[in-house]
Amino acid sequence: MRIALFATCLADTMFPQAAQATVTILERLGHEVVFPQGQACCGQMHANTGYFKQAAAIVENHVKTFEPVLDGEWDAVVVPSGSCAGAARHEQRLVAEHVGDSALVKRVDALSPYTYDISEFLIDVLGLEDVGAYFPHTVTYHPTCHSMRVARVGDRPYRLLRAVEGLTLIDLPDENVCCGFGGTFSIKNSDTSTAMVADKAANVMSTGAEVLCTGDYSCLMNIGGALSRVNSGVRVMHLAEILASTKEAPFEGHVSFQPSNDQVRL
Amino acid sequence: MTQTSQTFLGMPAASPEEQPHTGGWRTNVEVPQDTLRWGHTFPEGAHKTLANTQMRRNLGHATRTIRNKRQLRVDEMPDWEDLREAAEAVKFEVASRLPELLEQFEANVTAHGGIVHWARDAAEANRIVADIIKSKGIDDVVKVKSMATQETNLNEYLADEGITAHETDLAEMIVQLADDMPSHIVVPAIHRNRSEVRGIFLDRMGDAPEDLSDKPEELAGAARAHLRRKFLHASVAISGTNMGIAETGTVSIFESEGNGRMCLTLPDTLITLMGIEKLVPRYQDAEIFAQLLPRSATGERMNPYTSMWTGVTPGDGPQEFHLILMDNGRTKVLTDPIGRQALACIRCGSCMNICPVYQHTGGHAYGSVYPGPIGSILTPQLTQGLADDDPVHTLPFASSLCGACAEVCPVKIDIPTILIHLRARSVDVKRRLVPDMWDVAMNAATPVMSNGKAWLAATEGVKATRLIGRDGRIGALPFPASLWTRSRDLPVAPKESLRQWWKRTHPEGITPARSGLGAAQSTATKENR
Repeated sequence: MRIALFATCLADTMFPQAAQATVTILERLGHEVVFPQGQACCGQMHANTGYFKQAAAIVENHVKTFEPVLDGEWDAVVVPSGSCAGAARHEQRLVAEHVGDSALVKRVDALSPYTYDISEFLIDVLGLEDVGAYFPHTVTYHPTCHSMRVARVGDRPYRLLRAVEGLTLIDLPDENVCCGFGGTFSIKNSDTSTAMVADKAANVMSTGAEVLCTGDYSCLMNIGGALSRVNSGVRVMHLAEILASTKEAPFEGHVSFQPSNDQVRL
Repeated sequence: MTQTSQTFLGMPAASPEEQPHTGGWRTNVEVPQDTLRWGHTFPEGAHKTLANTQMRRNLGHATRTIRNKRQLRVDEMPDWEDLREAAEAVKFEVASRLPELLEQFEANVTAHGGIVHWARDAAEANRIVADIIKSKGIDDVVKVKSMATQETNLNEYLADEGITAHETDLAEMIVQLADDMPSHIVVPAIHRNRSEVRGIFLDRMGDAPEDLSDKPEELAGAARAHLRRKFLHASVAISGTNMGIAETGTVSIFESEGNGRMCLTLPDTLITLMGIEKLVPRYQDAEIFAQLLPRSATGERMNPYTSMWTGVTPGDGPQEFHLILMDNGRTKVLTDPIGRQALACIRCGSCMNICPVYQHTGGHAYGSVYPGPIGSILTPQLTQGLADDDPVHTLPFASSLCGACAEVCPVKIDIPTILIHLRARSVDVKRRLVPDMWDVAMNAATPVMSNGKAWLAATEGVKATRLIGRDGRIGALPFPASLWTRSRDLPVAPKESLRQWWKRTHPEGITPARSGLGAAQSTATKENR
């Protein structure tokens, strides 16, 4: 298949490893990946902060960039983020309705069925649970609120992780509870967000897992930031990074929150 | 207890009125003038309550217990989702037909000997209640726990008029004795543990046994003896209602303790204050809510006491029944096609029990008698306080939008969507002439995020973070970034952005096709559409 990658603004700038891993998996499975250059952001941050007028311009750009999928230019749009997949299905429509742009509502409605979170694409479209990955580590998975309740990816990430050779999946206590990120919530209600992420980090550490995995780098930025602050020794990884790893080629993308020799020092 | 005024290790001795209360309880909220708008913003309230470790311990334990019980009782229902959908449909019908249903309800209450009053706002409702009580020549009444009377601050109003209203629900009584405010709509004293309750009883109840322990049965026994005396002397009772039935003029109370039943049957006069949205059209509709409410609220299959009454019955129960139908902002809520779903709320509190924000901050942080997720959408709508100079406008932002509340709501209120909608309304009515931090940030990001080329340029700029990074992460930064870095590190941007990586690895723009497989599948899929 010919697949358009929506990298997401966060992966594009801060966590390219999630998008790189997505490309790696899809190519390994024999598909063509395209990176539409006009892409930027899905508009979720603006929408969830109440800036609908501004969000509408961002949604417009997103729709314009990925609309060629409707003409058969590509077969699907794949995104390594349950949160952004959820925004394509929910927030984008809210925004278009709120600003009274009925044409944009229609375009959003037309595009969203072609937009898949990577876990949905692998299982629902490609019909795969075992993608040939090898990852000999203990992993605990946080399902992330928007993946669970907006994009509704269900147990797909768990099914994919369980099929990874060598991987030991450890249950995360209170996995369904929010990590306290919530986009600008983490700034506007910094005290409360801190209390929430403290609980999440404590639960992660209680598992003794080497790696915390989610399908969303926004939550990983939040939980990873808290884990890093206490030097917990837990690595954060996107689901795609784990699925991209094989015996022959362990995935070696950028590692966030990790000391590295080539960093610029103060 | 003897107290000397010596100073020990620099700690000043407690002044006499601050001597430790038994059990260590403290009331750290004042009863506000406006119960829907206490005056502080959510972040201010949360900052204060998050520091109360005892409250957080009590709340975490209590919400977890109720949450688990609810889940147990919901899981055993084969038709739970059907019931939720039925309830949603009934409440949608009520919102669509509210004026005619209210008239039908009024006619049926009147036909059965009840007296119906209409109150536009809280002040009018309170005045009507006080006038009825005064006409009986008494200054002492009993009350069934009621959110409607919390909303109007009735007890405070009556006190100013020289009338004492005794709360008879155990938790509500604890709150009242402690000069506190409720922290939850179903479990008002959820923020207290039993040792604090013992302290409140010993300090404030007057007739508590001196050897009272903190065993739940002893506390309940003390409360029962205390309340019995109130019930047997009261000639007027005040209640709210869980549901009014338009078709028959019936009013109902769902409760656990039986204190409500005492208030509803012993006194000669009963005054019921009801928000105009608490209607259902048909008697049969009660069946749906009688199943949803107890399981959602307290995790019980059925609440121990369900009282329903229609007007007055000669020789049985109160012989005078006043029903006050109160608007207090509800018709304004009804004009918002998205926000009005909040009126479907049956006040079960399940959204609070599941909400991680509520669980950490408690109800007082919300600065309204309606806390938690439902309060975050109800309060700003009832008050129309969405402008940024109104503390209430911070409530729709007091959520991480995790969506757990919508998942448990028995009437399927889409709370996260309404939160986002109210945030947008709030941004639309900003009154600042000078843009604030958020206006600046959001406006600056828009042209960049809505244009691929501008975005590409901006992504290069992100690498500036590498200059301040240390070992791949960023620690303390000045305001406003400190709001993040006070508790979390930020990663520094990677050396190679995704676009640079793509350009390096995919010079042709797309993945070189490795086999005919991709193209073949592609064609097949297109044909399938």
